[in-house]
Amino acid sequence: MRRPLGGRLRISTTWLGAAPFLGYTGLFLALPTVLVVVGAFSGPHGPTLANLTQLSQPYVVSAFLNSLVLSAVSSGIGAVVGAILAYAVATGSPDGMMRRLVTALCGVLSQFGGVTLAFAFIATIGTEGFIVIWLQQHGITFYPNGVWLFSLTGLTLIYTYFQIPLMVIVFMPALDGIRPQWREATETLGGATWHYWRHVAGPLLLPAFLGAWLLLFANAFSAYATAAALLDIGGVIVPLQISRALSSEVGLDQASFAAALALGMVVVVAIITVLYARLQRRSARWLPR
Amino acid sequence: MNRRRRRRLAAFKTVVYVVLGLFFLLPIAAMVEFATRGVGLTSPRTLSAFTSIGSDPELVDAITASLELAVITSVGMLALLLPTMIWIRLCLPRMRRPVELVCLTPLTIPAIVLVVGFAPLYNWIEINVSDSILTLAFAYLILVLPYCYRALDAGLSAVDVRTLSEAARSLGAGWGTVMWRVIVPNMSSAVSNACLLCVAVVLGEFTVANLLNFENLQVAISILGTGNARDSIALAVLSLVFVFFFLLVLSFLGRALSRRRRGGARA
Repeated sequence: MRRPLGGRLRISTTWLGAAPFLGYTGLFLALPTVLVVVGAFSGPHGPTLANLTQLSQPYVVSAFLNSLVLSAVSSGIGAVVGAILAYAVATGSPDGMMRRLVTALCGVLSQFGGVTLAFAFIATIGTEGFIVIWLQQHGITFYPNGVWLFSLTGLTLIYTYFQIPLMVIVFMPALDGIRPQWREATETLGGATWHYWRHVAGPLLLPAFLGAWLLLFANAFSAYATAAALLDIGGVIVPLQISRALSSEVGLDQASFAAALALGMVVVVAIITVLYARLQRRSARWLPR
Repeated sequence: MNRRRRRRLAAFKTVVYVVLGLFFLLPIAAMVEFATRGVGLTSPRTLSAFTSIGSDPELVDAITASLELAVITSVGMLALLLPTMIWIRLCLPRMRRPVELVCLTPLTIPAIVLVVGFAPLYNWIEINVSDSILTLAFAYLILVLPYCYRALDAGLSAVDVRTLSEAARSLGAGWGTVMWRVIVPNMSSAVSNACLLCVAVVLGEFTVANLLNFENLQVAISILGTGNARDSIALAVLSLVFVFFFLLVLSFLGRALSRRRRGGARA
């Protein structure tokens, strides 16, 4: 008699545990997003698809391509170099000063951006930057093929400045999970370093690595303030196009064009997230859940 | 570990630290160089840009507000996210992917667009709740979700949550005890990592505060930059250094806490 009651009660309390989180994100994440999506489909005379068809214009397509390349390259470099740095730190003492210093520095720099970051790089390797001038005094030209700092290449370099630290922070816990005994076990079984990485540590770390990479990709994809400060010409990447549409004073349909652009970004990241989930399932299929 | 490998590892670490150290510290050195320049071309180096910060009450307000926001957001994040994530691992495994997706969405929607959605909400909050800058914590709690989710998820993955909680439950522990006294102490590095990220995000946040017309630290830096580039860079350097030491102190606190807990558990 009492079993069904208890069962029902358990189901409801089970869901109650997730309620605060779902409620909060519903109010402060879903609601604003819905407002944006509705904006993407609304025109001056009711619902319309006009904003979305505007996305096929060549300059919008090239902005999306630029954003994709920028995010892919900067997150790729960030993920690999960040993982290497994280490994260097993780093999040290867990209570050591080096680890504390690097972690704290990475915490700060992963969120460093905007005008000040752009300025820091201009002061370092801009045409009047101190490294460029110092090299010039020693007869070396820093920019033999023209200045690339203010282009997408420069932007990619600057993005790695916050991508690498972010990778270190996000990836470090996964490296901490690696036990030295596993390596010893590999060696006992006659495995070399290569075997250890290929068959033990690599497969174990791969899911975390891919997850961190996805985070870095999305981080670069939506970064805005640094690009706005560095590039003079607007609209090279999608976030800049959005800010241009938002700040333009042409009219209301510009705001819904911004919403359409944002929707496009969300769709791109959604596609990449789905690909990631596929990869994640493949790479993690034998790990205990 | 044999000696040859240890030597190779040490060499590898030195190379990594030196190369990346140069990459990360040179731009900061350039900023310091600029901020300590004298006013004229030949005038000597000066720290006046740094010393003038404390005498600007508006700046002090902005800095205080950013610090308060960092604390509120960290506490709110832990209270909201951690119990949910543990709960989902224990009782609602099929909600794991959806929650992960929800936590990652703030990254996919650029802050500049999220602000468009926040604006009406904040209009309402301003009228009905408060117009204090501290209300920004609501928005920041959303912005830190992806970072904190990753950090906490990595920590939780390394802990056998189910076994720990079943063991604790069978010894008569309530859910609160399971979460805060059994699972959290086992993942203290992930928790302090998440807090670290929270603090760094909040103290570095510009877009949302700027567009919602609140003056936090980064907005203050940018406002200052339009009038006086040298002071603005000085403030930026100072805020970097400050956050750095703050995080360093936090790392000592986190370690000390976990060691004390570990010691207590052993006794």
